[in-house]
Amino acid sequence: MGLPPYATTGERVWYYAFRVICIAIFFFLLAPILIMIPLSFNAQPFFTFTREMLTLNPEGFSLRWYEDFFTSDSWMRSIRNSFIIGIAATVLATTLGTLAALGLSRSQMPFKGLIMGILISPMIVPLIISAAGMFFFFSSVNLAQTYLGVILAHTALGTPFVVITVTATLVGFDHSLTRAAASLGASPTRTFFKITMPLILPGVISGALFAFITSFDEIVIVLFVAGVEQRTIPREMWSGIREQISPTILAVATILVLISVALLTTIEILRRRSERLRGLSPG
Amino acid sequence: MFDTRDDAAFVRFDRVQKSYDGSTLVVKDLNLDIARGEFLTMLGPSGSGKTTCLMMLAGFETATSGDILLGDRPINNIPPHKRGIGMVFQNYALFPHMTVGENLSFPLEVRGMGKSDREAKVKRALDMVQMGSFAGRRPAQLSGGQQQRIALARALVFEPEVVLMDEPLGALDKNLRERMQYEIKHIHESLGVTVVYVTHDQTEALTMSDKVAVFDDGKIQQLAAPDTLYERPENAFVAAFIGENNTLRGRVTAIEGDICTVRIGGDMQVRALRVNVDGEGAETTLSLRPERVQIDAGEDRFDNIFTGKVQELIYLGDHIRVRVSVAGNDEFIVKVPNATGERKIKVGEELRLGWTAADCRALDPS
Repeated sequence: MGLPPYATTGERVWYYAFRVICIAIFFFLLAPILIMIPLSFNAQPFFTFTREMLTLNPEGFSLRWYEDFFTSDSWMRSIRNSFIIGIAATVLATTLGTLAALGLSRSQMPFKGLIMGILISPMIVPLIISAAGMFFFFSSVNLAQTYLGVILAHTALGTPFVVITVTATLVGFDHSLTRAAASLGASPTRTFFKITMPLILPGVISGALFAFITSFDEIVIVLFVAGVEQRTIPREMWSGIREQISPTILAVATILVLISVALLTTIEILRRRSERLRGLSPG
Repeated sequence: MFDTRDDAAFVRFDRVQKSYDGSTLVVKDLNLDIARGEFLTMLGPSGSGKTTCLMMLAGFETATSGDILLGDRPINNIPPHKRGIGMVFQNYALFPHMTVGENLSFPLEVRGMGKSDREAKVKRALDMVQMGSFAGRRPAQLSGGQQQRIALARALVFEPEVVLMDEPLGALDKNLRERMQYEIKHIHESLGVTVVYVTHDQTEALTMSDKVAVFDDGKIQQLAAPDTLYERPENAFVAAFIGENNTLRGRVTAIEGDICTVRIGGDMQVRALRVNVDGEGAETTLSLRPERVQIDAGEDRFDNIFTGKVQELIYLGDHIRVRVSVAGNDEFIVKVPNATGERKIKVGEELRLGWTAADCRALDPS
């Protein structure tokens, strides 16, 4: 990838400028996230680096904000809520989204475009509008300020991701495989679990991951639909910033970054493994 | 004991029609009997309805009207997975996430067979297609020919009475295709299973089949053994579709018993076998195989003697195709075997060509 010997001055300038721009973009994306990590070990209740921290004096660092997080009832409740709601919404969204994608991939399915558009709409409609709509609708059917209400709302948000990733996987799916399974005597249910499902699993896993992340860091709908009991992590952080500015938020953020990285890595390993089993990439 | 069912139709299409859009018929009034243990090939150009027929038999398409019977039992209302019919697909359709062994084991597992029985059957099926050592491989690690063998073994491993094959050799190269043709034929002979085979390749049909059903325009044009089909085609479509064929168009001027006299282009008279002509004065297509035309013909042995000018020679190794202009037809082909002592033919030379009336079949106008 070096410069060819016939490169002009302009090309040389661009060659280096391109690298500088790339580094700048990465810095811009990552710096706000990375800066939180050292700050979360601040011994003082400030959001800035103290003199002790800058001189790497051990006195300037502490784990007090982590301790604060793990001993706080409201933080513990919110992280539990985030996982309950996130996992339940992911399971629902993955099931519904996969079924919808399978149906939409059939050639004899009428009104494909219209149905696809409706299913995708939660991704496109401004979140505040969905949230307001859900608030009024859920209030009238007694779902507001319940776990079920938040889970259903997050399911609606997560489903489009599953529909899109599974549909993309099904594009390369050979439908003669399901016919082959039928000719070998397998019922449609058995065919689905033994043949179709293992083959579209990478798409399903990616979709599930997106659905989980969507629910995990969603706040607008939670603000509208959830009550005090259903506060999730982002909601707790939001009120933390507004009400009592404490570096505990930085500790929470650091933990969340670690969870996200761990989750993404696990899922990617799983996805690669099942893709290899599927015979798509050389094993 | 003599099994009378051997004579009865094992698979029967009874007045079957199929339409996808409700107005045009893809399959028109199909009647076809297939005997137990028979190798029947459905041969035809694409869009002739042959694959639709196979799909209806497999259960992946439903007949618009009419009955399909399997061993006296109508199967129209039986879903594909309960028909017990094996199938080999053109693209093999092996399950990519399973090993070869698991692929073969799948139909046996579905039938609730125990592990040791399954292993024995899988091994026997793999040995049958000479793939015994490949049980642990994945389909992606096999060549096209190997995958097709596995697909064949998988369709046979659960011992179905009927196996359907949808252009199974279409994706293979020529040499491999020929080898597989013989192999499938031998497997069919040793197992005695009924095979319904779909292809658009006439060589494949002639090599492998007990009987060939030639499809065109949603109808069976002729159902016969390969030799009958080639030597005694009943209509102009079959004559043109199977093998190479010289076509001469003309009008019947006289009929004496089996032989009719046909006037082609100007005042040339050809004596031909009356097969499918309405009567005197009717239009007809004469079909004559290139290898049945004799060059340097003597007067006495042939009913028809014509002279033609050599237009082109095409060298094909074992024989030479000679394009001759006869009776105003520039596309008249004569096959001359490339044998020892055969004389050299030159372009522009006048040839005396002769053929018998029996080899020249007067068919329907096309």
